Amino acid sequence: MSDTVKQDYAVIGKSVPKIDGREKVTGAARYTADLKFPNMLYGKILTSPFAHARIISIDTSEAEKIPGVRAVITHKDAPTLKYGISPARWDENIFCIDTVKFVGDKVAAVACIDEQTCYKALAAIKVEYEELPAVLDPLRATEEDQPQIHPEFVRNINAEIHQDFGDVEAAFKEAHYVRTDTFVGNRTYQTPIEPHTATSMWDGEKLTVYSSTQSPHYFQYYIAREFGLPMGDVRVLKTYVGGGFGGKLEPTGLEFGGAILAKITGRPVKMFYDRAEMFAHNRGRHRQYMTITSGVDKDGKILGVHADFVMDGGAYTSLGIATAYYAGAMLTLTYEFDNFRFDMLRVYTNLPACGAQRGHGAPQPRYAFEAHLDNIAKDLGIDPMDIRILNARRPNTTTPNEFLVNSCEMKACLEKAREMSGWDEKKGKLPKGRGIGVATGSFVSGAGYPIYRTDLPHAAAMIKVGEDGTSATLYTGATDIGQGSDTVLCQMAAEAMGYTYEQMKIVAADTETTPHDFGAYASRQTLMSGAAVKQAGEEVKTQMLETAAEMLDFPTVDLDIRSGKVFSPGNESVTLTFEEVARHFFVNRGPLVGKGSYTPPKLGGKFKGAAVGTSPAYSFAAQVSEVEIDEETGEVNVLDVWDVHDCGTVINPALLEAQVHGALFMGLGESIWEEVKFDDKGRIANPNLSEYRIPTAMDMPVVHSALVDSYEPAGPWGVKEVGEGATLPTMGCFRNAIFDAMGVSINSLPLGFEKVWRAMKEQREEGAAE
Amino acid sequence: METIDDTRKTTAGPKPKRYVIDLTVNGDPRTVVVKGNALLVNVLRDELDLTGTKKGCELGDCGSCTVLLDGTPVDACLVLALEADGSEIVTIEGVAAHGELDRLQAAFVDKAAVQCGYCTPGMILSAKALLAGNPHPTEPEIRAAIAGNLCRCTGYVNIVRAIAAAAEVEAVVEQGGEAR
Repeated sequence: MSDTVKQDYAVIGKSVPKIDGREKVTGAARYTADLKFPNMLYGKILTSPFAHARIISIDTSEAEKIPGVRAVITHKDAPTLKYGISPARWDENIFCIDTVKFVGDKVAAVACIDEQTCYKALAAIKVEYEELPAVLDPLRATEEDQPQIHPEFVRNINAEIHQDFGDVEAAFKEAHYVRTDTFVGNRTYQTPIEPHTATSMWDGEKLTVYSSTQSPHYFQYYIAREFGLPMGDVRVLKTYVGGGFGGKLEPTGLEFGGAILAKITGRPVKMFYDRAEMFAHNRGRHRQYMTITSGVDKDGKILGVHADFVMDGGAYTSLGIATAYYAGAMLTLTYEFDNFRFDMLRVYTNLPACGAQRGHGAPQPRYAFEAHLDNIAKDLGIDPMDIRILNARRPNTTTPNEFLVNSCEMKACLEKAREMSGWDEKKGKLPKGRGIGVATGSFVSGAGYPIYRTDLPHAAAMIKVGEDGTSATLYTGATDIGQGSDTVLCQMAAEAMGYTYEQMKIVAADTETTPHDFGAYASRQTLMSGAAVKQAGEEVKTQMLETAAEMLDFPTVDLDIRSGKVFSPGNESVTLTFEEVARHFFVNRGPLVGKGSYTPPKLGGKFKGAAVGTSPAYSFAAQVSEVEIDEETGEVNVLDVWDVHDCGTVINPALLEAQVHGALFMGLGESIWEEVKFDDKGRIANPNLSEYRIPTAMDMPVVHSALVDSYEPAGPWGVKEVGEGATLPTMGCFRNAIFDAMGVSINSLPLGFEKVWRAMKEQREEGAAE
Repeated sequence: METIDDTRKTTAGPKPKRYVIDLTVNGDPRTVVVKGNALLVNVLRDELDLTGTKKGCELGDCGSCTVLLDGTPVDACLVLALEADGSEIVTIEGVAAHGELDRLQAAFVDKAAVQCGYCTPGMILSAKALLAGNPHPTEPEIRAAIAGNLCRCTGYVNIVRAIAAAAEVEAVVEQGGEAR
């Protein structure tokens, strides 16, 4: 490619081991639940047993009498200011005041000397409820006879979106072929292996919260707002986080409740969810009901698309307004078309609230669209690979909803996936029961706008070089939740400074010691936090070169630094070590510090919701999978998956590949097994890891991952995202492979064995009847 | 087993029995006083400060609390501390000898098999038990041995690679990871 800047980098582009690898393999790494503080209490939350009920009374007197119970709190002890991660709708209270809105809604909390006493205390709190009729079916939620969940949201409509770009009706009229399909998604849960934990403590008027969070900043912002504290008096920090995937992005009752309990008792309070409570707190993937109509010309070129969706939001907004917009917005990325209409209703139900899960709103619509496109291809007799290559987005284009796409190797990804998977040798030639499918995906490299309105930069960083130059510490608010941001940001810092990775140290994700950063969501850190780190590193490098020039009495412009050595490209006799120069700087001028910050350019159109889906850069991916179906049982055995990614310049190939594996694994689980199920009272039927089935090592197919050359002008060194993008194609890819194998279309997720079996049975019966 | 039978009454009723148990944890002799319902995982984490053993579900589903009990991998959340009386226990803190990483630990770092790291201690102990009884396992044997350890980050690809590398056997996934 013409704009690819190929350089010989010293540190980036290398699979250095993770900076925290040793701590994590020895058991030394401490997660929030591993922290112990002197005089610490344990706290638990009492939750609602009803999906919808009025609270008549709460009697805590018996609980308070139990020895070892130090505090029992309800809404009367908590601020009543409503909150929510999304300022579009602040609709949650720390503890319910009048009504409970789902099984698991927070009613009271206790702080006790140990965990066992907490359970005794919870059992002794007497809450009198008047059960109310509940809304459990999202498709009926807007009907007149349904109970109203939030009085201010008529007919339980949480968000209503109507976006119209170009002229879809005209496109359908002009089209050679128009087809409509309807698909249903599944409610899934992020399921990090580490349960949510927060430990809160006060020092006078200053609150410190250790939390298993993806974003110390948003927690700090909302905790300060809720308690009327200056941000400077709220310190939120994390130690190690055991996975998030979107589920640890927003404050929970653990931080708010813990802060109140810690204030009342004057002692540190550790609050935690068990596995069932995690499922109840939820904030996982919305179930979406998706009808898509597309018109294509005789070659299969897409002329217009209408997406008409409903999503089950659960009892609160969470991040769901953004989810609702993302669901439609991201459909325009991988294929080029000019006419697009998007209608969406996000409805409230008396079920746990849904939020942002890996791929945020986009994976289910992507499944629906990729399945729909295969249906069209089949109807028109076009190879599914060909129809995708024909429509593939090109670089330097603009989507109908006004997203500017710089680098884009969609076509190259498809072509490489075609070649690697042996598509042309397999398509239509595999034995019965075997099939091959293809799908695409694209995702943002950081959201163009923050979650609440602010002019703060999106990322900032600071590098402090040690006084003798033998180490440098990167201070960043970026949040490593396992994806490896601490490692890649240290690589980036070292590259920019002309230093070595091995000498880097890091202090991250602590609102008191590290500069502001919005945290780990929307696949933003490599590009956005990375841009701030690069700037900080370059500022160190500039000061180093000026100092070296003084020391050597040599022009600055003729000097460079690489891997800890100062040198002159034209004069081999001129050398100094990084340490010598850094020490000289410190002795003469004090601390050697570099700083940087990053604010994205102004992005997006002027229409309502235009901000959601904007990003400085988009990743692109194509996946091909080969499956084998057991005709007796409907069992889907995924044999191989080929993933080809366009994610710009790669900082750490091993960690990048690991992200692809993990995203694909998550997509596999959501495709075939994972689904949160409810009984007719709105209670979760499978809130545990044996019945909510995430794939085990025995379920994982063979993964072949590859990259295409790509350079993103908007990213530092040309980087883009990878963490979420690889989740997007997977569900559609499997559906299409099953479609190819058996000719049956599974129109709802998960593509479970029973559904496949039933579809095959229906197909046989129809065949017999004809 | 010694029982501390305290007949004093408390405000909450008769005092529950306490038991004195002896464990050898990572080679260290340890004596702890526990209630009858104390779980091994909580004794390790709360009493002995061995927090490398993680809690993910407390139902025996996730495998995060896997430790070796007389050489056998067990979910420490399903074992009563009383049942472990007199046993030898190895937790993740006991795997590296004198600060030197064990070959499995080194392989996990080397093969990028660690992401969030929360499943890692249990995963390494399950793998240790496997290799102790079967030094050169096949890839399906590796997968079966860690099937009780759930990981949400890695898709197990690099974990299988790491165990295979430590065992000096070839994993199919290694051949699969071509392309770049």
